Amino acid sequence: MSGIPHDHYEPKSGGEKWLHKRLPIVGLLYDTIMIPTPKNLNWMWIWGIVLTFCLVLQIITGIVLVMHYTPDTNLAFASVEHIMRNVNGGHFIRYLHMNGASLFFIAVYAHIFRSLYYGSYKAPREVTWIIGILIYLLMMGTAFMGYVLPWGQMSFWGATVITGLFGAIPFIGEPIQTWLLGGPAVDNATLTRFFSLHYLFPFIIAGLTMVHIWAFHTTGNNNPTGVEVRRTSKAEAEKDTVPFWPYYVIKDLFALAVIFAVFFAIVGFMPNYLGHPDNYIEANPLATPAHIVPEWYFLPFYAILRAFTSEVWIVQFFSFITGGIIDAKFFGVLAMFGAIAVMALAPWLDTSSVRSARYRPQLKWWFWLLVIDFFALMWLGAMPAEEPYATFSLIASAYWFAYFLVILPLLGVIEKPLPVPATIEEDFEAHKSATGGTKTLPDATPAE
Amino acid sequence: MSHAEDHDDNRRDFLYYAAAGTAAVATGAAVWPLVHQMNPSADVRALSTIRVDVSGLSEGSQLTVKWLGKPVFIRRRTAEEIEAANGVEMSELIDPLARNANLQDGADATDANRALDETGEWLVQMGVCTHLGCVPIANAGDYALDSGQGGWFCPCHGSHYDTAGRIRKGPAPENLPVPPAEFIDDATILLG
Ligand code: FES
Repeated sequence: MSGIPHDHYEPKSGGEKWLHKRLPIVGLLYDTIMIPTPKNLNWMWIWGIVLTFCLVLQIITGIVLVMHYTPDTNLAFASVEHIMRNVNGGHFIRYLHMNGASLFFIAVYAHIFRSLYYGSYKAPREVTWIIGILIYLLMMGTAFMGYVLPWGQMSFWGATVITGLFGAIPFIGEPIQTWLLGGPAVDNATLTRFFSLHYLFPFIIAGLTMVHIWAFHTTGNNNPTGVEVRRTSKAEAEKDTVPFWPYYVIKDLFALAVIFAVFFAIVGFMPNYLGHPDNYIEANPLATPAHIVPEWYFLPFYAILRAFTSEVWIVQFFSFITGGIIDAKFFGVLAMFGAIAVMALAPWLDTSSVRSARYRPQLKWWFWLLVIDFFALMWLGAMPAEEPYATFSLIASAYWFAYFLVILPLLGVIEKPLPVPATIEEDFEAHKSATGGTKTLPDATPAE
Repeated sequence: MSHAEDHDDNRRDFLYYAAAGTAAVATGAAVWPLVHQMNPSADVRALSTIRVDVSGLSEGSQLTVKWLGKPVFIRRRTAEEIEAANGVEMSELIDPLARNANLQDGADATDANRALDETGEWLVQMGVCTHLGCVPIANAGDYALDSGQGGWFCPCHGSHYDTAGRIRKGPAPENLPVPPAEFIDDATILLG
């Protein structure tokens, strides 16, 4: 599958040959599993497997939960309590599903920031990156709709606020919102369609995951140096790579075991830590909870949404030049989606010829500032909408956009990159000879 | 190229466009019902008018009723609340329009244009923040009177509405909308 020269599957027995002629499925699996993988991958390359496991976990626990859940505004809340109290092991399955969503997002953010640091999004991996962003968007949609299903106060009001975003679109916003909700407000029609789509989306994600893997198996994995695997001959390629099986499979499974140990401890001992107590109150359309907070994984973007009020000059400016079509509300919505859009455009905004931030002395600083910015936004998203948080949110939102729209394009021109190793092998040997010395980073030791 | 071939090409083009056009129309006809089924169903559309008994409401108190799945605030205002709302200059308002479904579209947001009756005592408005749809809290926010009466505050992202339900501060762009409403007798308001 990949452009990296390697051994392909050869059917040996008669049966294998028979099948291979008719359906080369074993060959496809073999080539996927045995794909030559750069031998210098560090621990930040485990998140892909973690994500795949999360998807499987969510689908399996989800299918089981549906056997006991009732999507109806009068029964939904009670049916979730029924799962918690009566269904054999139901509480644990539900807690797995609930916290599984959080693990899913921890992994996806780690995976995204890994790609931003090591320049994995850059040519020729733009398609992988774009598909990844699509998966991320679908994940957000799935998680949002899933959160509505228990029909608690946060479910209801979260749904009201988020579908209200669509109402902010000029001219066609209201019909779209009504169409999404199936009525003038969040109600039974909304619950049933969210249930249907919440069940559907994970399977679309599964499909896109295969395309995602297909895309980076075509270009080959990126690696911490950002240097490409040599492809001129098989012998050279073999010096830069190891086959995925068994090397990375075992390494990834080890990482997964560690992560699952922590995950199960949380599910077992503090399952509601990341949740919100208000969601154990049944939905009431006539009373808003004092403080509507989305789930933690939406907070950074929620902070950006709220940052742009009508007092901000840039909002006033846009409102003025568009004759009021873009008001504060629509501007906030545009900013929120824009924050993800600029990230999607990173491959074209980054002008540097060097891929990995390891050899980009200035980008490194800006990158870590972006990570801090992300956590700051997450914190601000959970704070009430008042000073000083409003001003902080504005500054933090501004930096998010500046990183992608100003820093990435400019740095490529003004930054002087450090020398990049000629080959992956060279980098690998350099680290290996440093083994035993204190200089070796634990996360830079390849799996062996 | 001979004329015969030319002729042939035209026929092929025609067939091509005809086939593609038919396919497009057929696809549209098949997709539309699937899209339209998500619009409000007949039972949801049927619940569009209700009657509310307001005889029990004393001055300075408020009733919240559910209409079209959304809360409606029916408030019997005190003289101070009306006075405070009247004291506001039009130029101080973020949204200068009345947003009153019972008046013409362009009407400005004077207190008289927002209230239901002549005296201004009755204020009927949707209890849905025009930002992203939370239910504002009554008798709260920067525009509540010193006595703690009047005004609304939306806790979700901090929008402040004055004693006439007009947006004064925060991310919400518009005044709380006034739904179609009228007194059908002394004690009953018809919504919708
Ligand atoms: S929904 Fe009221 S301020 Fe946002």
